[in-house]
Amino acid sequence: MAVRTRDGAAPPARSGEPARLRGARPRPPGRGAEFWWWAFMRVSGLVLVVLVIGHVLIMHVFGGGIDRVNFQFVAVRWQNPFWRTWDWLILSLATVHGINGLRVIILDYVRRPGARIAVTWLFYIVGILLFALGSIVVFTFDPSKWHA
Amino acid sequence: MAKRTSAFGRLYRGSEGQWSWIAHRVTGVAIILFLFAHIIDTALVGWGPNAYNRVVNVYKNPIVGLLELGLVAAVIYHALNGLRIMAIDFWPKLVDRNRQLIYATMTIYLAGMAPIAVIMIGHILKEHF
Repeated sequence: MAVRTRDGAAPPARSGEPARLRGARPRPPGRGAEFWWWAFMRVSGLVLVVLVIGHVLIMHVFGGGIDRVNFQFVAVRWQNPFWRTWDWLILSLATVHGINGLRVIILDYVRRPGARIAVTWLFYIVGILLFALGSIVVFTFDPSKWHA
Repeated sequence: MAKRTSAFGRLYRGSEGQWSWIAHRVTGVAIILFLFAHIIDTALVGWGPNAYNRVVNVYKNPIVGLLELGLVAAVIYHALNGLRIMAIDFWPKLVDRNRQLIYATMTIYLAGMAPIAVIMIGHILKEHF
């Protein structure tokens, strides 16, 4: 059976193959860009499990949840560079992990090449702009501007 | 392949691996769309207490509280199912036990989500009722 590839993506696994049964993308062959994106999703995913579950438990579950979150709460929390770094790592890893996930999903569902490029780049641009906005705020935030 | 016979014939219902794959995609898309909104609402701290507190107050609403619980459920599912996928990537022989791994993942997921749901619903009840 001929191997069908979609823009360098992994060939679709046939029903019954282990790759399909485990419910995930098979490892792309070789050491090209698709292999490194596949590897990035695993490495960033492992780091994000720790960072995001920690974030969710701290902000949404324990200590009263988001009802206690306001400007003053963020001002105190971001006095500590540890939490600024934690939040920025989630921002950067989750944005790239999520945008790449969307790219792989778009490869499956948007079949016309022009539309596929347009939708993929729309998300790239949204991701780049929001990553820039979030990074600027995390590293330049100074609550003393509003205490005077 | 689970094929069941019904009045209309045999109905394909997929297998555990396929459902876990669909759930991983749906939760992933939901999380990245929320992340876009969350970056913008958090960035408003840079515009001072009035702007930030006004937008964060939108989250302090019982309906949004239930959406928040759904978001946490999506994040934890995506995390645990991702760990299962990585485990099989590192130890390919585990694919022979994939069905059991999925049920183990779901057991851990439900055991973890139950107390989280109780606590988060407690927040909603305490704050609004």
